[in-house]
Order: sequence, then C-alpha cells, then structure tokens
Amino acid sequence: MGFLDKIFRPLTRSEPWGVHPDERKRPASETPIRRLPPPPLLYLPLSQHVGAAAEPIVRIGQKVLKGECVATAKGNISAPVHAPTSGEIVAIGPITAPHPSRLEMMAITLRSDMEDRWAPLEGLADPLARAPEELARRVAEAGIVGLGGATFPASVKLGLGHRSRIRTLILNGSECEPYLSCDDRLMRERAGGVIRGAVLMRHATGAREVRIGIEDNKPEAIAAMRAAVDGHADVQVCVVPARYPMGSDRQLIIELTGIEVPAESRAADVGVLVHNVGTAFAIHQAIDLGRPLVSRLMTLNGEALAQPGNYEVLVGTLVEDLLAFAGGVRGEPARLVMGGPMMGLLLPSAKVPVVKGCSGILALSATEVARDEPGPCIRCGSCTRACPVGLLPLEMNARIANAALDAAVALGLHDCIGCGCCAWVCPSRIPLVQAFNHAKGELAAHERDKKRTDATRRMAEARSERLEREAREKAEAAARRAAERKAQKAREAAESAASNSEGAPA
Amino acid sequence: MSPVPTSADDGALPALPTLAASPHAHGGMSVAQVMQRVMLALAPATLFGFWLFGWPAINLFAVTIGACLLAERFCERLMGRTSSLGDGSALLTGWLLALSLPPWAPAWIGLLGGFIAIVVGKQVFGGLGQNLFNPAMVARVALLVSFPVVMTQWVVPQPLFSADAPGFIDSLRITAEAPAHPDAVTSASLLGHSKTELARGITIPEALASGPQTLFDWTGLRTGSLGETGTLLVLAGGLYLLASGIIRWHIPAAVLAGIALPALVGHAADPARYLSATQHLLSGAALLGAFFIATDYVTSPNTPAGQLIFGFGIGILTWIIRSWGGYPEGMAFAVLLMNALTPVIDRYCRPRILGRRRDGRALEPTPIDNTGGA
Repeated sequence: MGFLDKIFRPLTRSEPWGVHPDERKRPASETPIRRLPPPPLLYLPLSQHVGAAAEPIVRIGQKVLKGECVATAKGNISAPVHAPTSGEIVAIGPITAPHPSRLEMMAITLRSDMEDRWAPLEGLADPLARAPEELARRVAEAGIVGLGGATFPASVKLGLGHRSRIRTLILNGSECEPYLSCDDRLMRERAGGVIRGAVLMRHATGAREVRIGIEDNKPEAIAAMRAAVDGHADVQVCVVPARYPMGSDRQLIIELTGIEVPAESRAADVGVLVHNVGTAFAIHQAIDLGRPLVSRLMTLNGEALAQPGNYEVLVGTLVEDLLAFAGGVRGEPARLVMGGPMMGLLLPSAKVPVVKGCSGILALSATEVARDEPGPCIRCGSCTRACPVGLLPLEMNARIANAALDAAVALGLHDCIGCGCCAWVCPSRIPLVQAFNHAKGELAAHERDKKRTDATRRMAEARSERLEREAREKAEAAARRAAERKAQKAREAAESAASNSEGAPA
Repeated sequence: MSPVPTSADDGALPALPTLAASPHAHGGMSVAQVMQRVMLALAPATLFGFWLFGWPAINLFAVTIGACLLAERFCERLMGRTSSLGDGSALLTGWLLALSLPPWAPAWIGLLGGFIAIVVGKQVFGGLGQNLFNPAMVARVALLVSFPVVMTQWVVPQPLFSADAPGFIDSLRITAEAPAHPDAVTSASLLGHSKTELARGITIPEALASGPQTLFDWTGLRTGSLGETGTLLVLAGGLYLLASGIIRWHIPAAVLAGIALPALVGHAADPARYLSATQHLLSGAALLGAFFIATDYVTSPNTPAGQLIFGFGIGILTWIIRSWGGYPEGMAFAVLLMNALTPVIDRYCRPRILGRRRDGRALEPTPIDNTGGA
C-alpha cells in the first residue's frame, strides 16, 4: 500500500474537514453583556462537572453569603459548588436535570435574599511567585470546570502539567458553534482578564508558550485580544479559519501546532493543553480576586427569543427566569436547546437550571428546526467529506441499523466526537448522531453488564473455591485425626501386646 | 416546596420530539435538490438532442421517463411503501436512459427499458440507495444485448423545423412503429463505422475519409444517441455539476484519463488501427458517461482514492471494449463492471482516521520538545 499511498496521497487530499453552517451570531454578538439580577430561587446541581458529584455541607435553613461553598468536591476528579448569591438554603433534593433524558439529579435549592452580598474574599497576592500547585489548589477550591462545555475540573487539567510536560497551552476562543457569541463578547469586553488568566495558567502548567486561537469571523475580539496581549512575548493570538468544529481540541491543536494527537491519547501526552477562554477568565477571577465560579457568560439566541444577546447569569438560574429576563419568547419555541445547535442538548422544559458548562440557551422557532423526514441513504459521501475525524458515517450507520455494533466499532465508532457535521450535511436527513449516540450507549451498557457478570462470576468462582478448600481442609483434618487415632490404637495395641507378652507365662 | 417539576409529575412536561439528538439545525441540499441540479445540468444537451433529432426523440424521452415513474410507483405499491416519486430519482434514471438510446428508437424500447431500469436495476435491490448497478446502464445493456439491431440504428440528424424533419403526427407513427421505419436515413457512428471498416481490413484514416459527413462533428451535428452528440453541452453541464459541488472531479477526470491515456499510446503506435484520443473523448458516450453516469452516488465509491480507481477502471475498460471488443461502444459495460467492484474498492480505500495510522493502530505520540521550558 505504501507505493499506492504515495501516488494517491496528493491526489486524494480531500477538501477541508468540517462544515460551515449559517453563523447566525448576529445580532446577539453585537449587544454588550448584560447582567441578570439574582432570581428568587436558584437550583444548584451537585453534578455540574465530569467526575464524582459534590457533597453538600449546608443544612436546610442555613443562611449563606455569595461565594460561600455549599458542597465540596469528593474524590480526585470533582468540583465544589458555591452559593451564587446570598440567601437561605431551602431544599436539598432531586430536580429534573437539564438533559433530554429527564432524569433527576440532586441539587441544593437556594432562596435569594436579593441583597447579593459577597462573602469575604481574598485574592492570592503575587501569584506568579507562588508554587504552581498552590494555583491549581486555588482553582480547585473555586470550583472551576471547563467552561467550553466539557466541564472537566480545570484544576485537574492544570495539575497534568507537572506529570506530563506541557509545551504549549492553547486557549480556545474559536467559538465555532453557530448562534453562540459569549466567548466573542468575553474577549471583546474582558480581554485583559482573559490574558491575565492565560498568564496564570501558563505559570501553573509550566508551559513555554500560550497560543490563543480565534476564528477569523471575530475581528473585534482578535483586535481586543491583540491589544491586551501587548507586552506578553510568550502569549500569541492566532487567527484560525472559521469552520466547524474548529473548537474541538484535536482540530484546534492541529491548526495551531501541527501536532496530531494520537487516538486513545490525551493532548497532554503530546505536550499540549487546551482550555476555553472563559475558563481562563474564571481562573483570573479566582486567583486574583478570590472569587469562586458562581456566574458565567451565556448567549441567549434563536428566532423565538424577543431579545437575543449575551448575559452574565448566576449558575443555578432557571432557564425560565432567564428567558423572561431576555424579553420572553414569542409564541411557543419549537425547541429549547442548551448549548449550540450542532452539539447542544435538547431541554425537556424551561424549568431546569443553567449549569457551569452551559454556554447558551437557544429558543428555536419551528422554521429553524424544520427538517424533512429521514430518507434512504444515497451514498453521496457528503458525510465522509464533512467528518473532521475521517470516519465513514454512512457505513457506520448502516452497521448500526443492522445491530452490528462491533462492525461499527471496527469502522471507528469510538473515534467519533459527535460533532454533528455528518447529520448536518446529510441530504437524506438521516439522524446519524442519534444512531451513533444510541450505539455508544448500547456498547457502554454492554460493557457495564459484562463487568457486572464478570464480577459475579469471579465471586461465584471464589465461593466455590472457598467451599472446595474448606471441604478439602475438613477432609484432610478428618483424615489426619483418623490417622492419629489409628496410630494411637496401634500404639495402644502394641503396648498392650507387649505387656501381655511380658505378663505371659514363660 | 420546590417549584421545579421532577419526573414524578411528568404530565407538566411537553412531549419531546422523537429525534432528540443534535444537531438542531440542518444545511446542505436535500436529495430532491441534488436530483434537480443534475437534471438542470442535463437540460442543455437534452434540448439540443430534441432539436437535432426532432419529434420522435421527444416522444421516446417522454415514454421512457413515463415508464420509469410508472414502474417505480408500481413497485412501491406492491411493497406497501409511500410514494418516493418526489425525490426525482426515478425521473433522473429515465432521463439518463433516454439520453443513451438511439433517438428514433420505438416506444416499446423506452417502455421496456424503463421497466428494466427501475424493476430489475433498482427496486429488486430494495429501492433508492440499495442497488449495486447503475439502473439506466442495466437497462441499456439489457436492451443492447437483447435487441442489437434496434439499439444500433442511428438516424441521421434531421433538426426540428428543417425540411426533412417529420412533423408531430408523423413522429407518432415512427415512435409507435416496429423496428424499421422507412423514412429514417440511418448511418453509422464514428465508433461503429471505424470498427466495421477495420474488420473489413480498411485502415482508420481511409475509413474516416470515405465515411459519411455525419460521423464526427465538433458542434454535435452528428449521429449518436439522443443525449450524447452535443458533447460541448454535456461538458458544460458536467462543469456546472462540478462547480455547484454536486460531483467531485475525481471520477470524471479519472474516466477521461482512463480513455485518453491508452488512446494516446495506441494512436501514436499505430494510427491505422487506433482512433486518436480526441476522437475517443468526443465521440460516443465518453463525456456523458464520465460526468453523469459514472458519478452516480449510489453505485460509485465514496472516498477520493476509491473514486480515482473506479473512474480510471471505467476509462480503461471503455477503451479496451471500443478497441478490441465486439461492440463499438463500451461505456455502459465498463460502468457495470466497475459498479460490481465498488464494494471491494470501498472496503480497501477507507480514509485515515485522525490520530490513527492507515491500519487502524493509534499513532505514536511525537516526543515533546520542551527544552528550555519552565
């Protein structure tokens, strides 16, 4: 194949991966950030991050101040939760999760006292002179998670710097999802804070350089960041082409460093770390001002929304309150989506709270989500060209439709990042992401079942082994005792024989 | 206490759409739009064919497409499926088949061809997207093999409104009539004529010199099937498809290269025996096949490497059949042969997955150059 490869490689280098959906970022992206006042009730899920759920440390009826910790991290990969405003804890219990499954999740309910009083906060003086571990600890205490949507605890990722050497820290300001512009606004209005966060993170990770990737459709953000970066020789603003999914780690790393992260490895394994610009800003706030993560920027957009725009929202605010503040919805939105239209989650209702990883709420009208009925695949190959990972979505879908999940895995199902390019471009409107998510879920369930049966089998084996061993030991003991008795008897017999013979008449 | 509904009171929650997964927006063309673009691209060459061959050609075109639509609906009815005529695929199949038929072929050829294309070529495999072979070419080859005389009667162009052209009423008689129609002046095509003459021991330059005027003409005023003579219009349509992103360059370029390369070599080696590359490319169904037939999504590979192999195979096979085979034109056979290889090509030409080598193993991590780092 090597020879054929040499001939074909230049000829078959297909056009760039990904798609370029209608951006629809305006007019929301042109309105300055507005701050949402504290709503009457806030719902703080204990699981707003990847990893173990946080553990509540407050009682019902307890008064808390803004920024006070209400639930602590549990285990190595976890994040604490803080009170987003001052008020009283009124409930700790299950609420409907902001997820299409409608499953329940544990949450702390806080009634706002409308005073929004901060707890006494203390920033870290001269952080660049401190040990990197101390910065990571501060970030962990502030409950900061990946704000791009991955919600991986940021401190854990910073800590990776020392275990696997980091050369380049990448700040992801690409914001490739259509409709969303909160990172754009953040970079335009708070560029200084983002750059400060970048410098702190560089210190915490020991990276040699920082590269900030921004898509070329955000000229104002690029200009603001370039102005703010002035004087930091090792921080560089890089313009990347506007193409979805540029904000995906592996794609951005290739674009900015030329390094291809191997499958089944992490970016840190090749000396790169990617953080969202919002995370950098939150880290600046946590270290310089001592403020934990209690609010975030969020884009409210969609045709069904009266006032699209960007808002600074307290974590735990109900989507309903948020929409009401943004002028309400016109008619009934056809879909409420948390996140962007390409990868966002369908919300079961507006009565769910926003969480740390929520970058936007979309109220989409019927015309925006209109889609034809799925038809048969015509093998046009659009999905193959769009796939940023180089998969064959049409082939994987055909395997999954036939319940041949292992064949789909052999085609690279586990390399799928779920970006939705294939389904977006499909002329037959086949719900490819739905199929892949279904297959991944089935496989995960199989895996769990297998582990469970394996564990049961191991336990059963251990039990039968133990029973066998005990029986064997019992038998051995019995045999030993029998032998002893026999020996005893023989001895006694011998002794009596001897005495008999002694006593026998000559 | 909590006003947040939990799943315990599900009644308060609206029903979710059945397709809950992202993406929540869609782009790109629909299947029907793709088909419409292809038809638009075919329109100039088709209209030229109508003008060149007159009413009988128009009748044949209508009958063929009608037969395809009927057959499609009939099959879907039998299988209890809803009508898919709206996606335009059956119409396009009929259109392509009609373009590949002799322009004055009788109606029953179009009828039979339409049924073969849809029933045997497409629906028995399970309908749109399931067929292994190009339905129009299945029908064309079946007709050619079964009715070689009717399928190789090339009428001399009699443009609409010219003195010799049959009127609409006359055309109905021609279309309805059995094989030989006395009014038609038939002639050979370039490929057919050179093949016959070669068999008689006459070299190609001599054959071309003595042949009829209508053998070869840049502007398309020549004998041939309904849609293939207006080569420049076919080319223009193909370029439109390329420009609008409906097709990629790989298949057409490879087909044309596959025909032109051996033709160049052959002609250079023995001009008396082999036609030149230009003659090969501009005659017969070379351009129509390269841009419109071989590029059929369903029956061609879907990676660039696979498409190059596929197209080049079609080109080479076409040239081989034309030069050494029993038939003067080989495009339809070549397409069907390579269609059969498509699953194999697709199996061996998979794109490289990001972060993996071609064999599927993960890449080795590149060593981290952190000299001088903090």
